[in-house]
Amino acid sequence: MKHRVRAFVALTGIALACGAIAQQKPAAAGDAKDRVTADFEKFRAVLEEDNPAELFEAKGEELWKARRGPKNVSLAETCDLGLGVGVVKGAYVQTPRYFADVDRVMDVERRIVHCMVTHQGYSLADLSKKPFSSLDRTPDPVNLVTYVAGQSRGMKIAVPQKHAKEREAFGIGREIFAVRAGPWDFACTTCHGEDGKRIRTQNLPNLATREGSLRAYQGWPGYRMTGGVMHTLQWRMNDCFRQQRFPEPAYVSDSITALLTFLGATANGQVYKGPGIKR
Amino acid sequence: MNRTAMLLAAATALAATAPAHGEDYRAQALAMMKRDFHAKGIAGTDRLNFDAVQALCNQTSDKPPKEIADVLQRDQFETIRFPADGKYLGNWASGEKIAQSGRGMTWGDKATGPNGGSCYNCHQIGPKETSFGTLGPPLYQFGKLRGYGIENQKYVWGKIYNSKATNLCSNMPRFGHSGTLTEAQIRDLVALLLDPKSPVNSQ
Repeated sequence: MKHRVRAFVALTGIALACGAIAQQKPAAAGDAKDRVTADFEKFRAVLEEDNPAELFEAKGEELWKARRGPKNVSLAETCDLGLGVGVVKGAYVQTPRYFADVDRVMDVERRIVHCMVTHQGYSLADLSKKPFSSLDRTPDPVNLVTYVAGQSRGMKIAVPQKHAKEREAFGIGREIFAVRAGPWDFACTTCHGEDGKRIRTQNLPNLATREGSLRAYQGWPGYRMTGGVMHTLQWRMNDCFRQQRFPEPAYVSDSITALLTFLGATANGQVYKGPGIKR
Repeated sequence: MNRTAMLLAAATALAATAPAHGEDYRAQALAMMKRDFHAKGIAGTDRLNFDAVQALCNQTSDKPPKEIADVLQRDQFETIRFPADGKYLGNWASGEKIAQSGRGMTWGDKATGPNGGSCYNCHQIGPKETSFGTLGPPLYQFGKLRGYGIENQKYVWGKIYNSKATNLCSNMPRFGHSGTLTEAQIRDLVALLLDPKSPVNSQ
């Protein structure tokens, strides 16, 4: 299957290039972009029949069930993602949420890392050193998040807003989303605050809307064809801040949880289709 | 008390009238970011400190009261360094390369550059590049439509150097003011838009 995925990826690249070459006149450039996007959507549909994300889900399931770490316990027998110890079905679409044992709101990756540290005995410093995927390495939390996300495939997003701290995380996340700073005066809203805009050929969802936030929630964890690696929302937020010309947010920090609470709860009620493919 | 400090005081007074709830979250959000963000490469944590423009635009969700905006815009205009030799037009072909490049100012970039202007990320510009964004207005045929004269050259220079001088809460970065682009690079970008021979102005 890996082989087939590569072939499709190569094909898609060719299709995209052809789309771009076929259209050179500026007057109709918008149409060309739409065609390229349509082409990509077609390939994505074909690809997702053999969804490369499933490879990472399988690896994550192995990691979830295996006894590991200095304390040699499994996450399946120790980790509570909000619906009870070991319960993964539906947990992804109900995070970020408040966890009474730590008296704070956590997103799913943060909770998994918390479990790896608290129950399995891994060190947070080690897990934070290189938390994002590269061509030759997919960190354990990425595989685990992808597995857990896959267990919410086809379910409705229901990020809870009952607890006062959940509402607070939403309120703070919405503010972080709007903060303009840095040498280029950018905020999240600079690119993601209006409908129907594009950066280069990439369509930009308006993340403050129900439909737009679904596109953010929907896309991750995603197998990114640019680079050919699996990424989670933790990475997506980190890379947005890089492009915003900000300093770097700490991995699994309050700020990221707040942003994800804002995005997730804004997308509530819509169906999550599970880990897939990103351009 | 200088003019900017006075305005900041006015903005703070404005803030006091905002709904208590939102303000509380705003303050918490800023405190949280200061806690969570660390310096990486050239991107120091001082980037989270607002200047007067950012403070006012954040405070008013990019809709500043006109009286305050006018004064701050004049301050921003005063930051613009116009070319000492009065020469505004450089090489449009070099300008095209600068417009294409999205490099610069991230934690992964070097302080030494050269940086790009990321222009195509948001604007349609030259006729050959179909991969352009739509966050800013299209600039294709800009000189032909708006004129090639010295007044327009000065306007474009100022817009690139410090966009906030003409539109205080513009989404566009202040490329000269922030030290992203050099004077020579801005000259090349002005030529890309305003040299009659630039493909931007082709028939």
